[in-house]
Amino acid sequence: MKVRNRRPDLPVSSHVKLDKQDKALITLIQAGLPLSSTPYTDLGHDLGMTEREVIERLKHLMQDNIIKRFGVVVRHHELGYRSNAMTVWNVPDEQVSELGHCIGQFDFVTLSYRRPRRLPDWPYNLFTMIHGQNRGHVLKNIQFLIERCNLDRVEHQVLFSTRRFKQRGAIYHPFNKGLSDDPQTAG
Amino acid sequence: MTTDIQDSNRNSQDTYPLNGLEKHLLNDFQYEFPLVSRPYQQIAEKLGTSEQVIIDSLKQLQEQGFVSRVGAVFRTNSIGASTLAAMSVPDNQLESVATMISDYSEVNHNYQREHHFNLWFVVTASDEHALNTILDDIEQRSELQVMYLPMLEDYHIDLGFDLTWT
Repeated sequence: MKVRNRRPDLPVSSHVKLDKQDKALITLIQAGLPLSSTPYTDLGHDLGMTEREVIERLKHLMQDNIIKRFGVVVRHHELGYRSNAMTVWNVPDEQVSELGHCIGQFDFVTLSYRRPRRLPDWPYNLFTMIHGQNRGHVLKNIQFLIERCNLDRVEHQVLFSTRRFKQRGAIYHPFNKGLSDDPQTAG
Repeated sequence: MTTDIQDSNRNSQDTYPLNGLEKHLLNDFQYEFPLVSRPYQQIAEKLGTSEQVIIDSLKQLQEQGFVSRVGAVFRTNSIGASTLAAMSVPDNQLESVATMISDYSEVNHNYQREHHFNLWFVVTASDEHALNTILDDIEQRSELQVMYLPMLEDYHIDLGFDLTWT
């Protein structure tokens, strides 16, 4: 019997374009590129692929925008960016894209997403993550955004985090029925 | 009033005795990492040092917690299904509910924030059904409602994070 999903707007994963080899590579690469002289060869050994094939597949995953970024993944908090504020904006629907792009271009912004409103509890539809070395720094960055993107008339709230219970990059186990688990982009 | 985020998992240092090489390693290779046979050798040439020094430095930065990994950041929902979720948890239950949620291997971020919705976390699962099941499970165990807020559009181009050293 099929259980009815009472959250019909949950995201549908879109890994249809991936073949078995891609999936094996993705599963393996989530632990990180080996810190060895020939890391792509080493990955290939575990996957039964040549170094060249590993590199080509990674290039394709980047071109197809399945991999958004490939490189050193730093941990902000440990590097002194102790303060982060999820800043949420109640933007008219027809302006979300323009304002989201405007906010998303600045380097202290690590995320700029449209999400659904949940009325009446939650009217905000644009979510931006702003980092800074301290609270004052973050607030200055938000003020900068308000000026640069003409947000002075847009209702917003600043949700500083006060405690980090858990943070690591998502480790997906998308290709078997077992389930997932590390920090960076978010939901 | 504190301006720093308290961390339940580790004590962070206040000072970062990073040398010039480490700063370059952290800042300059967050994207467009070399896809060549010996990527660390190529980085070493750019930074005027040896491959072994680069490998050792990255290992150390990882051990110190400054680097999560060298690797891929996947586009949200490209290889799994995930959502941001928020709960409004009574103060006296916050600790226990937060711990319960962090225990799910599918939860990767879990923060307390200054708001009536005081607990914010991200759930990532293999697909939307698995995601739905976890949200149900959290609601049943906590006896609280979960507000889920999936990403609809992404406006941010991820070029890593420009670190400024002060």
